[in-house]
Amino acid sequence: MTDTSAAIPKAPSQRRAIWQQFRTHKGALFGLIVLAILTLAVLLGPYLWVSEKLSVAQAIKLKNQGPSLRFPLGTDQLGRDMLARMMLAGRISLAVGFVAMAIAITLGTFVGILAGFFRRLDGPLMRLTDMFLALPLIPLLLVMVMLFRDRIASLIGPELGAFMLIVFAIGITSWMQTARIVRGEVLALKEREYVLAARSIGTAPLGIILRHILPNVISPVMVAATLEIAGAIITESVLSFLGLGFPPDFPTWGRLLYDGLQYMQVYPERVIWPGLAISLTVLSVNYIGDGLRDALDPRIRGR
Amino acid sequence: MLTFTLRRLLLAIPTLLVISLVIFLLVDLAPGSPMSEIPLTVPPDVRQRMIEALGADQPVFVRYFLWLRQFFWVEPAYLLDGWFGTNLAGGEQRILSWQSRSPVFTIIGQRIPQTLTVIGTAYIVGILIALPIGIYSAYRQYSWFDQAGTLFAMIGFSVPTFFSGTLFIIIFAVWLGWFPTKYDTNLAVTDWASFVKQVQQMALPVMTLGLANAAAISRFMRSSMLDNMAQDYVRTARAKGMSERTVILKHVLRNSLIPVVTVIALGIPAIFGGAIITENLFGVNGIGAALILAIHASDLPMVQTLAFIFAVLIVVFNLIADILYGLLDPRIRYD
Repeated sequence: MTDTSAAIPKAPSQRRAIWQQFRTHKGALFGLIVLAILTLAVLLGPYLWVSEKLSVAQAIKLKNQGPSLRFPLGTDQLGRDMLARMMLAGRISLAVGFVAMAIAITLGTFVGILAGFFRRLDGPLMRLTDMFLALPLIPLLLVMVMLFRDRIASLIGPELGAFMLIVFAIGITSWMQTARIVRGEVLALKEREYVLAARSIGTAPLGIILRHILPNVISPVMVAATLEIAGAIITESVLSFLGLGFPPDFPTWGRLLYDGLQYMQVYPERVIWPGLAISLTVLSVNYIGDGLRDALDPRIRGR
Repeated sequence: MLTFTLRRLLLAIPTLLVISLVIFLLVDLAPGSPMSEIPLTVPPDVRQRMIEALGADQPVFVRYFLWLRQFFWVEPAYLLDGWFGTNLAGGEQRILSWQSRSPVFTIIGQRIPQTLTVIGTAYIVGILIALPIGIYSAYRQYSWFDQAGTLFAMIGFSVPTFFSGTLFIIIFAVWLGWFPTKYDTNLAVTDWASFVKQVQQMALPVMTLGLANAAAISRFMRSSMLDNMAQDYVRTARAKGMSERTVILKHVLRNSLIPVVTVIALGIPAIFGGAIITENLFGVNGIGAALILAIHASDLPMVQTLAFIFAVLIVVFNLIADILYGLLDPRIRYD
């Protein structure tokens, strides 16, 4: 429990050891490759594949096309190029996943360290965590989006408004697991001799936390972070799927799936592409998390 | 054990109060007072009574207590009146839905059977699939079956139900035409033909939710079995010459089921949350669909009530899981 990898002082060889262990996990390697391809595709794709500028009249004539050289994934009911939309949507989906993860992890680590390090804060903060765990998250997220969407949209515009609202809402409702994991680690770490040594030479609590505690909770936090990305992408697509996510001209994969749902019987590919993209992303992120957990655990590593 | 149960019950009350406060404040502090948003379709006299019952011009804590009172006093009173023909409620204002202007709890009462039939069946099917997979995966660890089970669980975790459900609709309803795409709530099971129809229309939603649940539960079952198979009593049982069947199915399985049972209990509220998606996808007229309908119609009383009911479910099943664990496992005694 307590002997996390970062406690071993030889840093360069340790990084290699982690990579060696990670490489033996086939699923994790597969996940890393798939995620890299997907990320590159949505980041660089829009520069390589510039969809034609069509007038409205042209676009209407070209609606509901099947796959062709001109439109590799066909066009939608308004004559928009599906490939371009998929790449644009992927950018936003992945951005939601990463930003929401960053919020949740920061909040969770902060709460976890406070609760683990300061005994007086432990009780109240853990009760707060328990309470958040008992909240019905999907209904609450839906209510938050419903109540605040128009207000925020009028303040900072519909696209940025939707992004900020959803990312923030997902972030503040998914930090609890991280907080619990970090608290457990910190509780064990702060009894270690080097923390006692730091305390005895008069290091301030902030110094101990930054210098000695934080580097040692990185590994469990990294595993939690990968799972958090997967969770955030799924939650966002659930919101979009229920019609309470992103606006149609600023789509995510979930929104594209929602839009394709009406045409599912005639053009099933319009549902399958975004659904496949979400599933592949989440699957590879989950596998990476699995591999990381093994690689960062010194008891498994090197066996 | 009794003191533990009582203490947990008492602890659940403040938790529920805080959660209800969060739900109340979230809706209450939202831009635009909820009172000003009572739709114009509500008749003026009803509107007046609703405003009075919620104390619209009172400070926020008074309004919260009035809301709680409606939830915990007036509505149960109406329920008892309905059962025993008493008159406890005395004609007090109930929580009314802004869409239909009928009491929220009446609507929920009408919709819960659909949710329970579909979601309940799906959960049971999921458990029935998951347990054998988990048991056999653990018994033959690292065999091809175990690998396949791991892959199945990973896919089950990763493919969101709205996508697997859509895929099932495309494959089994659109291409193969075996099952209907939409769930018909009006279908009454009276004879064999209508029963077959009911089974057919339940097949897709049950499959969608069941597979998602099976993925998680089979993993728990597997790791719990693995934990127990390394125990000394298993070696003892084998050394006594018991058959492999008795060792696995009697000794190991019974002990492994203890944590799995609590995981199953903990999963029940999550299912109700996940059911929101499935119900909307397949058109099942349950409480998840009611929530989405209410959100799109800005029906705040309905939304508040449903969100709070989901919260109550979570707290109650957490409690049940805790108590079950203590009851099933004699090593765990909380006193």
